[in-house]
Amino acid sequence: MHSITELLQQLVYGLSLGSIYALIALGYTMVYGIVKLINFAHGDVMMVGAYMGWIAITVFHFPFFPAILFAMIVAAIAGIIIERTAYKPLRNATRIAALITAIGVSLFLEYGGMLVVGAQMRTYPNVFPETMYNIGGIIFKFGDIVMLVTALVLMLLLHFTVQYTKIGKAMRASSFDMEAALLMGVNVNTTISATFAIGSALAAAAGVLYGIYFNSIDPLMGITPGLKAFVAAVLGGIGIIPGAMVGGLVLGITESLVSGFGASTWRDAVAFLILILVLIIKPSGLFGKNLREKV
Amino acid sequence: MKRVSILNRKNALTLFLVIVMYAVIQGLIVTDILPPLYTSTLIQVCVYVILAASLNLINGITGQFSIGHAGFMAIGAYLAGIVSVKFHGPLFLSLLVGGIVAAVAGFIVGLPTLRLRGDYLAIATLGLGQIVMIIFQNIDYFGGAAGMQVGRHINWSWAFWVTIISLVVIHNFVNSTHGRACISVRENEIAAEAMGVNTTKYKVLAFTLGAFFAGVAGGIYSNYMYFIQPTTFNFLTSFNILVMVVLGGLGSMTGSILGALIMTVLNVALSGIPSLRMVITALLLIIMMLFRPSGLMGTKEFNLNFLEKKGERNVA
Repeated sequence: MHSITELLQQLVYGLSLGSIYALIALGYTMVYGIVKLINFAHGDVMMVGAYMGWIAITVFHFPFFPAILFAMIVAAIAGIIIERTAYKPLRNATRIAALITAIGVSLFLEYGGMLVVGAQMRTYPNVFPETMYNIGGIIFKFGDIVMLVTALVLMLLLHFTVQYTKIGKAMRASSFDMEAALLMGVNVNTTISATFAIGSALAAAAGVLYGIYFNSIDPLMGITPGLKAFVAAVLGGIGIIPGAMVGGLVLGITESLVSGFGASTWRDAVAFLILILVLIIKPSGLFGKNLREKV
Repeated sequence: MKRVSILNRKNALTLFLVIVMYAVIQGLIVTDILPPLYTSTLIQVCVYVILAASLNLINGITGQFSIGHAGFMAIGAYLAGIVSVKFHGPLFLSLLVGGIVAAVAGFIVGLPTLRLRGDYLAIATLGLGQIVMIIFQNIDYFGGAAGMQVGRHINWSWAFWVTIISLVVIHNFVNSTHGRACISVRENEIAAEAMGVNTTKYKVLAFTLGAFFAGVAGGIYSNYMYFIQPTTFNFLTSFNILVMVVLGGLGSMTGSILGALIMTVLNVALSGIPSLRMVITALLLIIMMLFRPSGLMGTKEFNLNFLEKKGERNVA
């Protein structure tokens, strides 16, 4: 890193990457907030979304926004199916059983996807013009701006949904105390399904953006961003929605700074190191409160 | 008090069965009846039996949830490889160094992370496993991302007897005072602590011991496989070991052996179609959790007690 311009340039890259992480992290955090399950398959739902976007663009010749919408709808349905078939029967089982099932679903999506679409990488079509804006030496790509704006709009939409709609209220109630919510007449099953649907839709949007950002997709693409988005969720305080957004952005910026310093092979290790440090120093995350375990 | 003899009837019978098993397989290998693929499968079974049993010690017996076991396997594999290749050390030393370094790593890692519970611990160990892999990818002394040439220094006899010794040590640990303390941590950590069990000590102890045997297994692996690469020890390997333990039943050592045997044979049989193999593994995992979350054996053990007279039970 030689100058302040380069530093700012890395920050811009980090912001785009971070907004993708934040979108994935939101799904993790929402699901964890309600059912206390680390949905390992979340990164793979993102992969499904990326493929749906790819199909929409290359096969149906959709433009960007209908394509991302198509991907989000398909992924939302996939999310509901996963929840109903794999997670719902285990709602009262041990947390470990649910976690192992989530790992199973994740492997199933990865390698089932490989059987269906093949293991090879596919090039993501270029949907944005190659326009670049140079503001004071910092380059903004047109595509990066659209990505950032899309991510921000989705996050605002989520914030609005959770805070001001009936289903959002049900989600907050269920995550606060599921049994009490049930007694108050909240349909917890529908609420949980809705949470999975929204989380999966956000992941699918992230998948399409990720495909555009890195230009290529493959069936195992969900693993690394999935794990990192989880790191982001833990960093912000798992179960806390604004925490996931901030955590995602912080992680994205950290990663691109590490790459900017020329240590890109260590990039993934830094993400996991952050995770472990957060877990050891403040397991409840940046925005979380410490809770004592009751006997 | 009745004196417990080490070589009572049950143990003698077990030893006899083990020797018969060894002799039969060794005979088949020496006379070239067994094709090399089968021998290689058998050694892989040995590696995974140790890995599954050691992970079971952490996950099944002590009730902690580690999913970064491949990281310790990697440490053992690389260190054992270094001893074998760069220092031309004897095989025994190679395995021992691999195990000890992995145990030290397990101790250092376990001390802070084992304060975490449940899924947080799972994620922390997953992250640690990945970090270990990335470290080996970035250090040129270990060959970096390209991998390390080790050569073959181990044969079936060594692999078999190291496995048997490992299993005996783990079995005896589980049935000792320390093992019971570990089980009490699994059953109810708060109650165990109230009864005066130093829960942190036993969690770290189980974790360190588990890491030691994972290192030994890694040593066998690298000394047999000619060539090791950091990506061999990614978290899919950790999941694979976890599947074996879960399939056999968390908390059952014989279950782990059974799980390792089934999964390794399945992996070898389906190695031509890797994605189908993983789909089957995944479905197996999901169906298992939905219909029999306790695994094939639950926490039960297969043993030879039923061969004994009633009065002699519980003595061994």
